[in-house]
Amino acid sequence: MAKIHVNTTINGAPTEFLCDANQTLLDVLRDNLGLTGSKEGCGSGDCGACSVMVNGRLVCSCLVLAPEAQGAKVETIEGMAQGDKLHPLQKKFVEMAALQCGICTPGFLIASKALLQKTPNPTETEVRYWLAGNLCRCTGYDKIVTAVLEVAAEMRESAR
Amino acid sequence: MPRVSYTAPSTVDEAVKALAGATGQTRVLSGGTDLLVQLKSGRARPELIVDAKGIPGLIGIREEADAFVIGAATPGVMISADERLVKAFPGVVEGVDLIGSTQIQGRASIAGNLCNASPAADSVPPVIAARATAVIAGPSGRRQVPVEQIVTGPGQTSLAKGEFVVEFRVPKPKSRQSDAYLRFIPRTEMDIAVVGVGISLTMKGDTVTDARVGLGAVAPTVLLVDKAAKALIGSKLDDAALDAAAAACSAACKPIDDKRGTIKYRTKIAGVLLKRTAMIARDRINGIEHRGHRPV
Repeated sequence: MAKIHVNTTINGAPTEFLCDANQTLLDVLRDNLGLTGSKEGCGSGDCGACSVMVNGRLVCSCLVLAPEAQGAKVETIEGMAQGDKLHPLQKKFVEMAALQCGICTPGFLIASKALLQKTPNPTETEVRYWLAGNLCRCTGYDKIVTAVLEVAAEMRESAR
Repeated sequence: MPRVSYTAPSTVDEAVKALAGATGQTRVLSGGTDLLVQLKSGRARPELIVDAKGIPGLIGIREEADAFVIGAATPGVMISADERLVKAFPGVVEGVDLIGSTQIQGRASIAGNLCNASPAADSVPPVIAARATAVIAGPSGRRQVPVEQIVTGPGQTSLAKGEFVVEFRVPKPKSRQSDAYLRFIPRTEMDIAVVGVGISLTMKGDTVTDARVGLGAVAPTVLLVDKAAKALIGSKLDDAALDAAAAACSAACKPIDDKRGTIKYRTKIAGVLLKRTAMIARDRINGIEHRGHRPV
């Protein structure tokens, strides 16, 4: 069966790839494009480790067909740091040890960034509900939630 | 995943042609949050996937004189963010909002939730209670069907070959009409309904003049429980009327017995949720805000 030719934008860069109709966006990111920051945990949209932004919306890339990326703007964890300069969320996750094994971390970072863009001043409850689709089996979540709340406070402070 | 073709038509006619012309199984792709899982597991083995999202109108919400029109593939996040819908149909919005996580909300649609035909689909009871109709396009043109007539059994719909849902029409609420949806799950988030009740009430003063009840997760399909509605109509939502409506919901149950809820439990809870949703809808009619199921 002929491959499908897809033109898309990934982290601001025009990108094209060939895929099969049954490949997911996550498969293509990892296997075709070498962007292995997005992880496959469950492959069924339960764990959030594959979280990316598609056209400004937080989604599980394991539940997006690769051909759907045609004409879309995709943002992955690889686009979060500016060169060597970590995003405040990345920095805080490291500082506060909001990760242990790290598999879930790219998904948490992408999801947390999306939350702070929408809600710069979230309550703890809002953070917990927003991140309910991201599973972490190491941290017990408290450090992650605290890190997100601290970054939110710092970003509000520096925006003054 | 098995071999499959993908097409993303830009008109309804192209989509119908593709669906009708396929020799094997076809699936319409909206948000894909059920379809992709089924492709991976092998439960769905279509030869053709028709991505409906590129068709104008399939994503979006518009207001007409007598109805809100919700594009079939409109993701939950857009529905929850629509102030007009939140005001007119808070129950529909809370049902949609309960489908999965933030990530799932970025993709999942009412048409997908409906046509996946799970008895536990959270958006379906309130959408049925709201008297929504589905506009279906197919080889012989368009037809409009009450939403409760679409699903015929678990994983089964009444859609014929070549047909797909284009949009939902939700008649605008009358004066003193509101709705509510509650589901019971054994935890606070990310689970499948053990029971779900959607209710729409219309009142004159403190008397119920019209009611609709959609009951989910307790039978092979979501049920429209006329007897529960009848028990409420004409009442002031007094204990006797609520008990009768709750009994009608329990009597309508034909649930499965599983780890999340026994038959006896689901049957009882169906009545409990009927009463609670009626109270919430009444409060909303009287201008008292309710956050429903979620603290945020």
